[in-house]
Amino acid sequence: MTAVPVLQTPEERASYINAGHSLRSWFLTTDHKRIAILYLVSITFFFFVAASAAALIRLDLLTPQGDILTNEGYNRAFTLHGVMMVWFFLIPSIPATFGNFLIPLMIGARDVAFPRLNLLSWYIYLIGGFFTLFALLIGGVDTGWTFYTPYSTMFATGAVLWVIAGITIVGFSSILTGLNFIVTIHKLRAPGMTWGRLPIFCWSHYATSLILVLATPVLAITLILLAAERLFRLGIFDPSIGGDPLLFQHLFWFYSHPAVYIMILPAMGVVTELVTAGAHRRIFGYWFVACASIAIAAIGFLVWGHHMFVSGQSMYASAVFSFLSLAVAVPSAVKVYNWTATLYKGELALDPPLLFAMAFIGLFTFGGLSGLMLALVAIDVHVHDTYFVVAHFHYIMVGGAVSGFLGAVHFWWPKITGRMYSLTWGRISAGLIFFGFNLTFFPQYLLGYLGMPRRYHVYPPQFQTLNVLSSAGASILAVAYLLPLVYLVYSLRNGAPAGPNPWGASGLEWKTASPPPKHNFDVIPVVDGPAYEYPQPAAAPHG
Amino acid sequence: MMNFFRVWPPEASEHAVRVDQLFLAFSALIFALSWPVFILLAVFAIRYRRGRNADRSHAPSHGIWVETGWTIIPFLLTLAFFVYSSWLYFQTGQPPASALTVEVVAKQWMWKFEHPGGQREIDELHVPAGQPVKLVMTSQDVIHSLFLPALRLKQDVLPGRYTSLWFKALVPGTYALRCTQFCGFDHAVMGGRFVVMRPEDYARWLQQAGTDGSLAQQGFQLFRKLGCSGCHGADSTHRAPKLEGIYGAPVPLDGGRVVVADDQYLRDSILYPAKDVAAGYAPIMPTFAGQVSESDLVRLVAYLKSIGGQPQEASR
Repeated sequence: MTAVPVLQTPEERASYINAGHSLRSWFLTTDHKRIAILYLVSITFFFFVAASAAALIRLDLLTPQGDILTNEGYNRAFTLHGVMMVWFFLIPSIPATFGNFLIPLMIGARDVAFPRLNLLSWYIYLIGGFFTLFALLIGGVDTGWTFYTPYSTMFATGAVLWVIAGITIVGFSSILTGLNFIVTIHKLRAPGMTWGRLPIFCWSHYATSLILVLATPVLAITLILLAAERLFRLGIFDPSIGGDPLLFQHLFWFYSHPAVYIMILPAMGVVTELVTAGAHRRIFGYWFVACASIAIAAIGFLVWGHHMFVSGQSMYASAVFSFLSLAVAVPSAVKVYNWTATLYKGELALDPPLLFAMAFIGLFTFGGLSGLMLALVAIDVHVHDTYFVVAHFHYIMVGGAVSGFLGAVHFWWPKITGRMYSLTWGRISAGLIFFGFNLTFFPQYLLGYLGMPRRYHVYPPQFQTLNVLSSAGASILAVAYLLPLVYLVYSLRNGAPAGPNPWGASGLEWKTASPPPKHNFDVIPVVDGPAYEYPQPAAAPHG
Repeated sequence: MMNFFRVWPPEASEHAVRVDQLFLAFSALIFALSWPVFILLAVFAIRYRRGRNADRSHAPSHGIWVETGWTIIPFLLTLAFFVYSSWLYFQTGQPPASALTVEVVAKQWMWKFEHPGGQREIDELHVPAGQPVKLVMTSQDVIHSLFLPALRLKQDVLPGRYTSLWFKALVPGTYALRCTQFCGFDHAVMGGRFVVMRPEDYARWLQQAGTDGSLAQQGFQLFRKLGCSGCHGADSTHRAPKLEGIYGAPVPLDGGRVVVADDQYLRDSILYPAKDVAAGYAPIMPTFAGQVSESDLVRLVAYLKSIGGQPQEASR
């Protein structure tokens, strides 16, 4: 640590960061890279807000009688946690930050197709975010992020209407981002950047965007119907005024199950980049991995009924949804096997990006396989709405999506900021996250199978040991999530200049300066080879 | 204390044993499919670490057969489990005709169970071991869910609709009974005990529990008190359909449709008489919505069942 802080490199002076210093130059920017930074800061804020609610929940569950929060306080805390994490962190996380920053760079474009819509989408996101947050904090809502009727329409007190208004608003931001990516990928690819040469990151964002554009309107419609019943007593969902409570669940999961793929597909794209760059190898089975993203998006629309196996829906419908839910796992499995095969005979640099990618593969695989268990109706009937389900979706969303997000941060940080962070600290935080995560959520699988329901503020004493283990893991996880904030911010001033390609990675984004100039490329590149072109490894010493 | 750190929930029925077997066998499959990945990640990380000498020649970039293999084989293996799981699930939808029916009414935040003899209990359910029991459930307010972990069974309980659940508990004992669908303020304490008793103990319990007459008898009292018998009674004029023998029988409706008079139809006809009017009758019956509770509806339907002629398994 004898290096003298470099105040500003020539690349930084010419970069998008230096294109303007006024607040106005940031808040009215149409540069996709600056908008990505705006998103990065805001989603990080909402992440820590939602994580604090989780910390409260885990503290409260240390004892069976729930010492810290009241019933109502607990119910509001898990609602705040779910709503903020799902709509204001997980869904925009990778697409709005890294998708925004990287898609134009990766395809050799100067910006996204609609730069001003891009900025608008951030403003809508921010307005929706603060609107929802204040409604949750001041009014308080205790319905859970799922808003099941008729509880949410006729029984729940609190600011239900305000919160669903906020969620409806933020939906428009998702739609605009999705639309922008679809058009960008179709129309702005550099000469020679054919579909078959597109980085997998772009393929998975393309699939994600399709879901964003097709599913989000259904959520808006559903929430508006909910508001109509709550406000005007229109009998839509409440049977006492002629409605059907299951209708809400069908509509809600028709959006919310694909929304899970909105969260995980971008992370899968990230992991593909991290694995290939970390191993200096071409992705094994390019077309299988690319098409798997599209297959997940397509089949993902047909599995919503697996959230309703015990709801009273037809048994035949349950069997069909069970089958389709097993089928949607196939393309995910294909990806996992292909990533593993990519590492074979590679040159693996065990730097933070690859470590996060490997953490992702491990945790996602485990979460996905427990999802197969849930797809089997006979097992789901027992563990539905228990901690088994909680553990399953946290393995996918926290173990998967958040690890993917942090992997992306550690991989592209030098590109975005021009500075290297401490690799040692990066490795430590990857390790801590992997350990803390498993300690937090593995006990919850056991709790669930033992029969502890979710959303319980108090619980029978026999569940305490496992709950204490889980809370202990959560405290490690909290430290592990704060750690990168420290060394990454430190690197902004004190990190060594990264140079254009610190990882020796392929991909157009590494062919321009770090940080990139305002218009990305001095000359639009011409692509003449496939994605992930790495030199053939040297032959073995013996032949 | 044995209960302090339990790793496996008690199994009180054959179905529970089967679900556990399915769970364990499927876990084995999952480990078989995932361990290669975990082990290879570790092996590759060590063997192919950058700068380490290793044979890296002829590294493959694709392989149609290996791709096809790992696409199809795991899927086919899971399909075998899908078939068994679905079979197991369909069993839980077909109660034997001899099942003892217990009516369940849920509301924020309590469970009410009513046995056929009219015995009532709150937050506790006593059932005889070795005999099929069918729970017919409805909610008075929001959606609840009855969870009996020792049986590995769960069913949502909806307002305005009957759902059902059946089981044959084999091992006498006291087990948990919980609500698993978030239902508001006191959701976490909406539960109690599920007691499986030897049949002779159950018979004794029924006697001690006391009753104001069977559900059907109580229903008959209501039938008279609410004035239903004025029009539907045996000696009344032809203003209303006769109800003897109606339970489980097909009812022709105005407009040509025919429905089976099951619990749901009878309940809805009391609350919303204009919804499905029997053919040949004027829609003159007043609604009883707001006047009769779900528990009273259960009694009225029990009475109609008792005068229903031959018992017939109604489709729900």
